[in-house]
Amino acid sequence: MSTHAPKGVGHLRGDEPFPAAAKVALANPQLRRNLQHATTTIRGKSGRVIAELPDWQELRSAGSALKAYTMANLPRLLEQLEEKVTAAGGVVHWAADATEANRIVTDLVRRTGEQRVIKVKSMATQEIGLNEALEEAGITPVETDLAELIVQLGHDKPSHILVPAIHRNRSEIREIFLREMPGVDPDLTDNPPDLAGAARRYLRETFLSTRVAVSGANFGVAETGTLAVVESEGNGRMCLTLPDTLITVMGIEKVVPAWADLEVFLQLLPRASTGERMNPYTSMWTGVTPGDGPQNFHLVLLDNGRTAVLADEVGRQALHCIRCSACLNVCPVYERTGGHAYGSVYPGPIGAVLSPQLTGVEDNSSLPYASSLCGACFDACPVKIDIPSILVHLRNQAPHPRSEKAAMAAAAYAMDRPRVYERAQKAARIAKLLGKRGRGLPPPLNGWAASRDLPEPPAETFRDWWRGR
Amino acid sequence: MSSKNLILRRIREALGDNPAQPEIPRDYRRAAEAPVDLDLLVERLEDYKAVVHRTSDISDAISRIVGDGQVVAPPGVPVEWLPRGSKTDNGLTAAEIAESDGVVTAAAVAIVETGTIVLDASPDQGRRILSLLPDLHICVLRPDQVVASVPEAVARLTPGRPLTWISGPSATSDIELNRVEGVHGPRNLHIVLVEEAA
Ligand code: SF4
Repeated sequence: MSTHAPKGVGHLRGDEPFPAAAKVALANPQLRRNLQHATTTIRGKSGRVIAELPDWQELRSAGSALKAYTMANLPRLLEQLEEKVTAAGGVVHWAADATEANRIVTDLVRRTGEQRVIKVKSMATQEIGLNEALEEAGITPVETDLAELIVQLGHDKPSHILVPAIHRNRSEIREIFLREMPGVDPDLTDNPPDLAGAARRYLRETFLSTRVAVSGANFGVAETGTLAVVESEGNGRMCLTLPDTLITVMGIEKVVPAWADLEVFLQLLPRASTGERMNPYTSMWTGVTPGDGPQNFHLVLLDNGRTAVLADEVGRQALHCIRCSACLNVCPVYERTGGHAYGSVYPGPIGAVLSPQLTGVEDNSSLPYASSLCGACFDACPVKIDIPSILVHLRNQAPHPRSEKAAMAAAAYAMDRPRVYERAQKAARIAKLLGKRGRGLPPPLNGWAASRDLPEPPAETFRDWWRGR
Repeated sequence: MSSKNLILRRIREALGDNPAQPEIPRDYRRAAEAPVDLDLLVERLEDYKAVVHRTSDISDAISRIVGDGQVVAPPGVPVEWLPRGSKTDNGLTAAEIAESDGVVTAAAVAIVETGTIVLDASPDQGRRILSLLPDLHICVLRPDQVVASVPEAVARLTPGRPLTWISGPSATSDIELNRVEGVHGPRNLHIVLVEEAA
């Protein structure tokens, strides 16, 4: 029996390969402007708050080692987590794949008799296609994150891990709200605080009257059974506090050995992701607390291909990801193509290594080529995941002419701008230092690395090059 | 086979190569290096749009913030802090909490470096819903509750309690990645930093 994520359920596979999907995005200049603006902003913010910490590199090393330790001890830590959550009044369920997880959650909601659930943004529930499964069962899932709301009301798809509506600017958001939000003030401006206020009014009554919530979890502490959700808006607090029943879906890799280990991740995550010293709200709960918050708590532990990733000695570090999205924000390919081109809920560099491993490389064979191997993602990653090495490793498993074309395209993006090109040159230098000299690198990167002096950036821009093909 | 056993078996097979057990390097800053810098705390709180009042007169500060509004408070908050007409949470409904103009709580810990306060649902901080629904949260903080860094805060907190870490008022970065205050949580966060031991 395959341990990969099953086909036909969830959102890990795109409708078309990366190069074809990327072409659509590349033809949309507004999208690229929005993305460039947003990623430039976040890189600046993040860089400033990271520079405030004298021990950022030590924290990264600790985070990286903690994740490796966790993977090496996963069975024991998961059983310990189950024991602690159960002792604190929670119920733990194990889901081998998306289909089983959806069935567990749907059954739990059905048993409450409720027709509607409020949801706080969770990559795991998007991955398994939980909303579709709930809708099929006649249950309405309401996304409560501002960005998810923008996506849901816009009949759109998320395009970024952290900011799913990163591809929308303020005037587009205003238009979506005016068109789709019942009871919205027709004089709504595109001033961001006004847009946030509109979402506040729209969701308030829903928060107060919905009795079941579904969440993900950023961390689950094996030692204590404590779950943590890191957020900004307070919709997470609403979902985790107001309903009678809380159902949390967590990937098995999200377990953290000890309580004290949170001191590492709570410093790494906000600075790397939103570029804040600390995000506005973090909620932590352990099972059920009498008289405070949901009195029924269910934790669903999800595999859905994660054990297949774990089996790969090189690829398993993709499971260390804390979903900060820093690698997306520094990626020259992501900045041009946006998230939709990756076809999976996990876009950008981490998506290029995680999605093919969760599904099996044959189902996402072009993604390992959706990169120029410039190495910016590795430098940015707060838990030091060596994404370029995993990409090269996966390319060796999916040699594929169509994919090579994608590689050409990816390399060409990098040539588009001198700054990006410099990063690529740096990667080629690193490859040389490692003695790889282009081995394992796709053309034309292998050519660069093999020659002593890197060629001058081509005169032709990427767009010219693309049109010329 | 149960899914639990199936998943655990898959994991054990996946780890068949017996990956190394890494040592965790703990050479990042863990213990306090200097006395806490309350001025820096104020700066960091204000940077994320909290309003800070440094005072030795708690009730005066609170009544100035509240004006003629009506606040709720958990049962452990000293009544002498509170303006007349305040409601104590001895089982208020969600609607009653949502209707009030504000909430007054104490805190468990505050972190200088990040401008964070942490509530742990002790009697002077109350149920989580209490500090969530009103649009104004007034949090009274004593200097001995302040630590310099995240590791010190984690060490002081009790994991079994419901914990809420708060860094500024409710905000979002979802519109063009700029921080905008004011979504679902309290849009106004006031910190009363007590100057002398209360
Ligand atoms: S791979 Fe690293 S940088 Fe990318 S989202 Fe995951 S933790 Fe963040």
